Amino acid sequence: MAATRPSAFEQQLESYPLDHAYDEMCAPDGTLRPLYQDLMNVIANLPAAELQRLKQSADLSFLTQGITFTVYGQEEGTERIFPYDLVPRLVTGAEWKKIESGLAQRIQALNLFLHDVYNEGKILRDGIIPRELVFSCKHFRTQMIGLQVPRNVYISVVGSDLLRLNNGEFVVLEDNLRVPSGVSYMLTNRRVMKRIFPQLFQAYGVRPIEHYPQHLLATLRALAPEGRPEPNIVLLTPGVFNSAYFEHTYLARQMGIELVEGRDLVTHDNVVYMRTTSGLRRVDVIYRRVDDDFSDALAFRNDSVLGCAGLFNAYRAGNVTVTNAFGTGIADDKAIYAYVPSIIKYYLGEEPILNNVKTYLLSEKKERDYVLANLDKLVVKAVGESGGYGMLIGPQSTAQQRAEFAQCIQQNPRNYIAQPTLDFSRAPCLINDKLEPRHVDLRPYILFGDRVTIVPGGLTRVALERGSLVVNSSQGGGSKDTWVLE
Amino acid sequence: MLSRVADNLYWMSRYLERAENTTRVLEVNMNLMLDRSGTTDEGRWMRMVEALGRPAGVSWTGDALEMARSLTFDAEHRASVTHCISMARENARQVRDEISSEQWQRLNRLYHRVHSADSAQEFDSDISDFFSSTMDGIHLFKGVTDTTMSHGEGWHFIRLGRYLERAYFTATLIEVYHHDLLSAPLQDSDGHQYLELVGLLRCCTAFEAYCQVYTADLVPSQILEFLLFNRDFPHALRYSIDSLRSSITAIERQGNRSSPELNALAGKLYAALSYTTIEEVLSNDPAAYLHSIREQCVRIHDMVYGFYIHYPIQTALAV
Repeated sequence: MAATRPSAFEQQLESYPLDHAYDEMCAPDGTLRPLYQDLMNVIANLPAAELQRLKQSADLSFLTQGITFTVYGQEEGTERIFPYDLVPRLVTGAEWKKIESGLAQRIQALNLFLHDVYNEGKILRDGIIPRELVFSCKHFRTQMIGLQVPRNVYISVVGSDLLRLNNGEFVVLEDNLRVPSGVSYMLTNRRVMKRIFPQLFQAYGVRPIEHYPQHLLATLRALAPEGRPEPNIVLLTPGVFNSAYFEHTYLARQMGIELVEGRDLVTHDNVVYMRTTSGLRRVDVIYRRVDDDFSDALAFRNDSVLGCAGLFNAYRAGNVTVTNAFGTGIADDKAIYAYVPSIIKYYLGEEPILNNVKTYLLSEKKERDYVLANLDKLVVKAVGESGGYGMLIGPQSTAQQRAEFAQCIQQNPRNYIAQPTLDFSRAPCLINDKLEPRHVDLRPYILFGDRVTIVPGGLTRVALERGSLVVNSSQGGGSKDTWVLE
Repeated sequence: MLSRVADNLYWMSRYLERAENTTRVLEVNMNLMLDRSGTTDEGRWMRMVEALGRPAGVSWTGDALEMARSLTFDAEHRASVTHCISMARENARQVRDEISSEQWQRLNRLYHRVHSADSAQEFDSDISDFFSSTMDGIHLFKGVTDTTMSHGEGWHFIRLGRYLERAYFTATLIEVYHHDLLSAPLQDSDGHQYLELVGLLRCCTAFEAYCQVYTADLVPSQILEFLLFNRDFPHALRYSIDSLRSSITAIERQGNRSSPELNALAGKLYAALSYTTIEEVLSNDPAAYLHSIREQCVRIHDMVYGFYIHYPIQTALAV
């Protein structure tokens, strides 16, 4: 394809800064990647006023659909829309194919790992992973040892975070195996984009993602306890004060299942029921969006009122399926993460299709010494945290912050890992009517019931601050639609 | 339907009905206090407070306007209009999915309006305008509830809450007023009594409807008869209990489960309102009669709760 750029776009492109990070739209020499040609033809030729109008119409559509999250700390929690960027991120069919097979491989291996750790523990016996690393993980649940879960599936709903490095390769930054969120934004972003750029969308031949709720429902149904051909499936939410409450209501509505809170559930004789106006109704499958700790005051934290007392016993008795299973957090622990390539080799006998990011384990003396000497170049993360909390970004830190982290690391090395500061890819975003590059990641959503399914797409999260590397919504991130092409 | 959802819908509706009643009673009484009359401001205020179910913390301070303001805006005050609207919205928010977007938007708008600084100003500059626009907001919500929500189980719980709250309020109001009403002198030369009677009827939006049946000749026993036994007027007790009963029947049909005790109680109350004459009430003990209606409303609430919402697991398992 000849690179004949429209003049309006040429002007934009001149002020579009490039550096050593991979740019999704431009090749290193500053020319437009052919994939983005049509998109830019359309966007660059839209007058600023029209862009503004489209942006407002998108915002309004989010607001009226109630797609908001609550910002706390004010007297009356204010509801805001999740910041949203109009320029879609494009992924080619070939790139997607690799991502898809890589994630399927990874999830299957992690699932086998969970089953092994909670049963025979072969991988520990064979010395592939140090025993103490697993048992010292704060998400390890002794209650799960020896417990049989339906179809041996521990992780049925997963969201893994991918980054693209400057050589163009996608790598896995982390796996979210507990209660991953954000899939509702993936779905609603798409709906809004189809309304705003219908012709463009059609011309690109974007693969559909709208069937995600249907796949999720099929996954949940596949995991129902035996002898329950018409299972009653519910989504368990912590309630209206949870920041992801919109997503919970959205998914429940899309699947046509009941949205329940802990107080709606009661257990009797190891069977879980929900209270309805026509009496108690048995519950067979619970899609759980409540953390392990808060799910059952009898089995876990006894000060929790979000879950349902007796739930774990009913689960152990096989009368109800709870998914994801409890204790899956050991497999997305940031220190275990370093071993995922070995886990894949151990269980599947295959080389990992998607690579990890280089990770230093601070419990190893040699690696710790290296990290402590190079804190200003590395990113240090607490292993059990998520959402961008408990993190030190070396190049952007002060000497005092580094000293504090060094002390924390010395006191509890198991609790931290370090990674090189990554130059992950940037994608064009509309910032005040102008295209500017911002760092992006990609979170595809993987489902695992009777088989692994991944809808072609995901949530592209954007660090909206110039130069920022943090994409989490709790830390000022936004999102954009992801178009996976045929 | 989940019991929790039914609970939220029921209370959303009760709180909104309560907000409406409080608003109307305040409006009527603030208006009455403009006229000099045999009843003192304090007496009138205390009677009004009594009619609102004697909420804690409301006592006569001498400044009616200030007290009306507190009963309207004070968010700490559990009986205030603002508090009731906030509670209605809070209940609605928890079942955002069960109600229509139009309902949510109406309620949200109403909530933001009574919380805005503008509305405090409007209260000061034109108090009756303020009250009537608040009531408009509530009426709009009821209108979209009936036109945009599907008339299934949830809608019937909303209706149940509305009519139970209304029946309780009307019964309390009549109970509070009936003494003054019946002991008033027959000759009302100065027109004070007339104003009081209009006030009572207007508290139930019943003045015009009453006139259509009995003409503008305000006779205490006829007023009682109208507010208690009229079959067609939506604020009359008989109408309220009839509506409540039909919603209970509809809920039973949906859930395929019924409570004989609840049916008997609602049926008996309805029969008592349908087949008693005003002469019978007046010749016996009207206070006791009115009081027993209130008690039965409370028992209906308890039974609805015990059967649909907070039922013990054992009874439900036995079914």
